[in-house]
Amino acid sequence: MLESFFTRAILAGIGLAAVAGPMGSFIVWRRMAYFGDTMAHSAILGVALALFFSVSPVAGVFVIAVTAALLLGFLERRGMLSADSLLGLLSHSALALGLVLVALMPMVRIDLMGLLFGDILAVSVTDLALIYGGGVLVLAALAWLWRPMLAGTVSEEIAQAEGLRPERARLIFMVLLAALIAVAMKVLGVLLITAMLIIPATAARRLAKTPEQMALYAALGGVVAVLAGLWASLHFDTPSGPSIVVAALGVFALTSVLPDKSKGAT
Amino acid sequence: MKTFQPPERTRLVDVQGIGVRREGRWLVRNVDMAIGRGEIVTLIGPNGSGKSTTVKTALGILAPDEGTVWRAPGIRIGYVPQKVAMDRSLPLTVERLMRLTGRHSAARIAAVLDMVGIGALARAQVHTLSGGEFQRALIARALIGAPDLLVLDEPVQGVDFSGEIALYDLIGTIRDETGCGVLLISHDLHVVMARTDTVICLNGHVCCSGPPDTVAASGEYAALFGPHAARSLAIYRHEHDHAHLPDGSVRATGGAGHVHGAHEHTHLKQERGGHA
Repeated sequence: MLESFFTRAILAGIGLAAVAGPMGSFIVWRRMAYFGDTMAHSAILGVALALFFSVSPVAGVFVIAVTAALLLGFLERRGMLSADSLLGLLSHSALALGLVLVALMPMVRIDLMGLLFGDILAVSVTDLALIYGGGVLVLAALAWLWRPMLAGTVSEEIAQAEGLRPERARLIFMVLLAALIAVAMKVLGVLLITAMLIIPATAARRLAKTPEQMALYAALGGVVAVLAGLWASLHFDTPSGPSIVVAALGVFALTSVLPDKSKGAT
Repeated sequence: MKTFQPPERTRLVDVQGIGVRREGRWLVRNVDMAIGRGEIVTLIGPNGSGKSTTVKTALGILAPDEGTVWRAPGIRIGYVPQKVAMDRSLPLTVERLMRLTGRHSAARIAAVLDMVGIGALARAQVHTLSGGEFQRALIARALIGAPDLLVLDEPVQGVDFSGEIALYDLIGTIRDETGCGVLLISHDLHVVMARTDTVICLNGHVCCSGPPDTVAASGEYAALFGPHAARSLAIYRHEHDHAHLPDGSVRATGGAGHVHGAHEHTHLKQERGGHA
């Protein structure tokens, strides 16, 4: 069954969507969209450094994404520049640095389009094992963190005062996000990862009455987007990663016109 | 005034000589504060006097730059912060909010929501609540875990006046029933003080502290809030009276309706006996 590249693509997409839904919900609730974007962009630098040091690109991306997040936290605490300026600074510097570094290594041939937009049709069985193994770990950790993360999302002060250690939860969440980006990069590319985090979660918003519902619907919406996007890319011969994102946008448009369930009193 | 005397003064929080400095400026300095089981401590003071800073430091949300903070090991805290700004993208029912930091049965949730007067809103989305309803929900959330210490930073903002009195009465009743300690920040001096055991008057440092009568009569209090505040405090205490029962609990005797003139405050002590 796994011999077909298309089956592998579908499985990879479903695996990523299932993790991206709940993770993306937190990113939306905590207004971290640009933060996720910055971590994803820094992945290019991670790939370049991994090539330079001859280590696995997944490891390189993970380490650089965590570094970018920690650096951001440090600069934010110095308090001279606003968070969004710092994000812009880090995001595009890391992207540019990565591209320059790659160009400086003449012996390395790199598929730039693949890095930016992913290549879900090239997913190997090893990639699938990484996606599902990593995905299960990330979801398990998120379930364990759920209460402190959610309490910290509603009020960092309440969570802190009532002993839930929201700062630790946030730090672990960041590491989970870096792991997700590292695993998803080959499939979606650094420019589209954020889309799969944000769009299904926003599409789920209107249908959900509780945070847990929204996380679940976001995962389901992501799966629908993967299936529809892959089908479309096959049918219309369009690039698969962007097709999935366009399909996700379609899911968002669809839920936007549905009646708003969250306002109901029942 | 006889203050509520807890049978044993079990310390819940003890803060000594704390100071918090931000960008070279001391927000508060030399603040001592202790809260025992069954005790209601109220922080008052003008804007920027460091009330919230003091409370956050006592709770461990802020680290003090000097002084020591001690909290009873394993203490359960219920906290209503001054501001809660959640993004509207978070779907959250009132019911779900009650389970934010711990598990509770549906019956317990219904009971607590009834206590604060929003029993009908259990399934409503939090972002559709009015300001007053949201504050009630936050108070319910802080109460639900039967905390050892209830910390309320201006808990009745946006609540109408009669609701305000009912909520402060509720807080007093919960203290009486569960013996929890209460740390309160309030602008509504006149409403709060009737049930407070200790008032701490802050203005960057502790200006004065003690039982409400003593503080209200003190020169520092009048200097900080003006004579008008001291007067309105007295009126209110007269209007909204309550009885101290032999077992140490406090019973409201109702007291709506008869507001007396400002001059009455000098007779306060004699008249209180007649009402109880």
